[in-house]
Amino acid sequence: MKPEAPSDLLIISSSPHAHCGESVTRIMLDVVIALMPAFAMSLWLFQWQALRLAGVCVAACLLTEWLCRRAMRRASSLSDGSAVITGLLLAFNLPPALPTWMAVAGSVFAIAVAKQVFGGLGYNPFNPALAGRAFMLISFTGAMTTWSRSPWIQKVAYAAGSATTQATETAVDALTAATPLGFAKEALKAGAPMPLFSDLGLLKDFFLGNVNGCIGETSAAALLLGAAYLLIRRVITWHIPVAYLATVLVYAAILHLVMPGASLPPHVHLLSGGLLLGAFFMATDMVTSPLTRRGMLVFGVGCGVITMLIRTVKTGAYPEGVSFAILIMNAFTPLINRATRNRVFGTKKESARS
Amino acid sequence: MATIPSPHTFRGGIHPAYNKALAAAEPIRELPLPARLTVPMSQHLGAPAKPAVKVGDTVAGGQLIAEAGGFISAPVHAPAAGKVVALEETLTASGRSCAAVVIETASEQVWQPLPTFPEWRFTTAKQLIDHIGTAGVVGMGGAGFPTRVKLSPPSDKPIDTVILNGAECEPYLTADHRMMLEHAAEIRIGAEIIRHILGARTLRVAIEDNKPDAIAAMEKVFQDMDGDVAVTVLHTSYPQGSEKQQIFSVTGREVPRGGLPMDVGCVVENVSTAFAVFDAVVNGRPLVRRVITVTGDAIAQPANLLAPCGTLYSDLVAACGGVAGRAAKVISGGPMMGFAVSSLAVPTGKTASGLLLLSPKKITGFTSQACIACGRCVDACPMRLSPAELSQCIEADDIDGAEQIALMDCIECGSCAFVCPARRPLVHHMRRGKAAVMARRAAAKKTP
Repeated sequence: MKPEAPSDLLIISSSPHAHCGESVTRIMLDVVIALMPAFAMSLWLFQWQALRLAGVCVAACLLTEWLCRRAMRRASSLSDGSAVITGLLLAFNLPPALPTWMAVAGSVFAIAVAKQVFGGLGYNPFNPALAGRAFMLISFTGAMTTWSRSPWIQKVAYAAGSATTQATETAVDALTAATPLGFAKEALKAGAPMPLFSDLGLLKDFFLGNVNGCIGETSAAALLLGAAYLLIRRVITWHIPVAYLATVLVYAAILHLVMPGASLPPHVHLLSGGLLLGAFFMATDMVTSPLTRRGMLVFGVGCGVITMLIRTVKTGAYPEGVSFAILIMNAFTPLINRATRNRVFGTKKESARS
Repeated sequence: MATIPSPHTFRGGIHPAYNKALAAAEPIRELPLPARLTVPMSQHLGAPAKPAVKVGDTVAGGQLIAEAGGFISAPVHAPAAGKVVALEETLTASGRSCAAVVIETASEQVWQPLPTFPEWRFTTAKQLIDHIGTAGVVGMGGAGFPTRVKLSPPSDKPIDTVILNGAECEPYLTADHRMMLEHAAEIRIGAEIIRHILGARTLRVAIEDNKPDAIAAMEKVFQDMDGDVAVTVLHTSYPQGSEKQQIFSVTGREVPRGGLPMDVGCVVENVSTAFAVFDAVVNGRPLVRRVITVTGDAIAQPANLLAPCGTLYSDLVAACGGVAGRAAKVISGGPMMGFAVSSLAVPTGKTASGLLLLSPKKITGFTSQACIACGRCVDACPMRLSPAELSQCIEADDIDGAEQIALMDCIECGSCAFVCPARRPLVHHMRRGKAAVMARRAAAKKTP
């Protein structure tokens, strides 16, 4: 909104009188663009389900935000684009067959309870999409942990004649099967040997998205493409994703070295369970992550440790830990900010916290 | 004499569009003497000067018309001969008003020089310092700190390095750049005088690498100067011209919080101030005029004008062909730290080096939003503060909280607000916070 003064009056404001041109809407638009490769993959793999879920979540988020702003008598904030992103990210975290009404419920929770109640964008302490997912996981556990195979994968499985897939399939259109991490967790709990990597799928399947999972988290290639865009556009920096992924890698590597029969190889951990989606798109959410580079590294490491704890502790309830790990670290962000402020110019190292 | 790339550069900073091409090639042009000069009593940091003339007096050019108002103050001299027609309040760039001596200039100009010191090498530092003070020389880089005071550090703060500030890091402004191209020899003599006064061993001429012609010009002139002399080429980054940041870039030393450059053995003087020192010592000229870059996309003919203090902005604009199209903002100084003025009836002084006329296209209007904690301001701040957290504290009126996270270290450079995607008026918040802190400190002093 440009201030308009009559032609003979001058505009006065505090310095500076120049601006770099960036805006919140532009940043959000960059994130939406970065999500497009993953969205395209999800449409290809899950077709109608992906379109339905994405459409429902985005629409529900937008409507909820608009209604909340009206009820709070605040200016509409739809134009900043953050509700669209919450909708997309929430949809990406959902299994393909999830009922529409559950997706709506989750979206309403994400926007109204996890965001608007605090004052809207900038005031929310938790990542709204992840808060919505957590709400849905706890409220609709069954539906949220049932994955149907992508129609594309079904065809490939039958054509390739893989013994494992043929043996477990009964009907073509009502197929459910666990995700790779789900397989692993079941084995761990039952004390059975870990499924062989080759049973879970080839590496390229993980990379391209031929494995089971939520609609947006299965294709590593698409996610990495989007992440590269965000890095180039400087919407995110490398600190959180690299700290997160490196921690997972090191933790998983050590575990696999020590107990090879009771743990998955590190690269399986990296490529499954929405870790890439979480590391590049969710943990890096600006509002809920630390301000300084040092703080971001601490945050990333914390996310990695908690994710691995949730995934690998034998008695744990969930095979998947990314969402909860990030939410827990969100709670620590204010503390991390206090502890990792830059040393003020002209002060000595001890008195950095003035 | 060497040209060395600066060994360090400060962390943070921004790279705004410089727009210097508008005026960089314009040679310094002397403004024809205006009919009327409204000479402000406050053209420097510290107490305003006290008028020493009354209405009806005839003054010669260079004559003292106001005495220094205290220790941190400076005298004011008549920029030209004429008759004092009024002592009145005038509007200044900051929006405040100050006293001024209004002179109607005479058609026949008479000049009354101060004593000169051609043998300055054999003159004591004290004599030179007193003379520089008598000549009303103040820092011409924007702050207007009385040079006499800056050149008299206490004996327990020895100075080993003199830095000549030729960075001119503000976008649009080219006055110092032209001074370096056209008056390099005089600047050198001024620098030698300053170094002689301080007894410093080392001299560095600091220029940003976006001014290769000025670097070459200064190199040529400082070539045969004896001692540890070098031109330091600075990485172009705003605010490289800020004293503390420049000292770090040139020497690697950090001025301690709450301290002054002399605490790390340095004195920084703007190149135009060095010229003014030369003019006072060698030519007996008090500081009564300066080069001002009149530029922007709403002025017909951008120029670097040599104008006497007391010239109204309207006179400067008229001398540059008038407004081109519509001027939505008129800024005294540069776009990062300058004042947006409410009228062109503001007189020039010794300190402001630019007049910027910007059209509506160049004005970034905004509706500011809540902080999204993107951290760009934290990256940009040259003092390594956390503007995001500071502005949130101040918005919530938590002044104590803001003070605890180094609010008072802010140099108001504007880098944070420049990069903020939420278009938050961060510098405005800082100023509000700082004013609250100063008010509290003043109140605390009164009630022991």
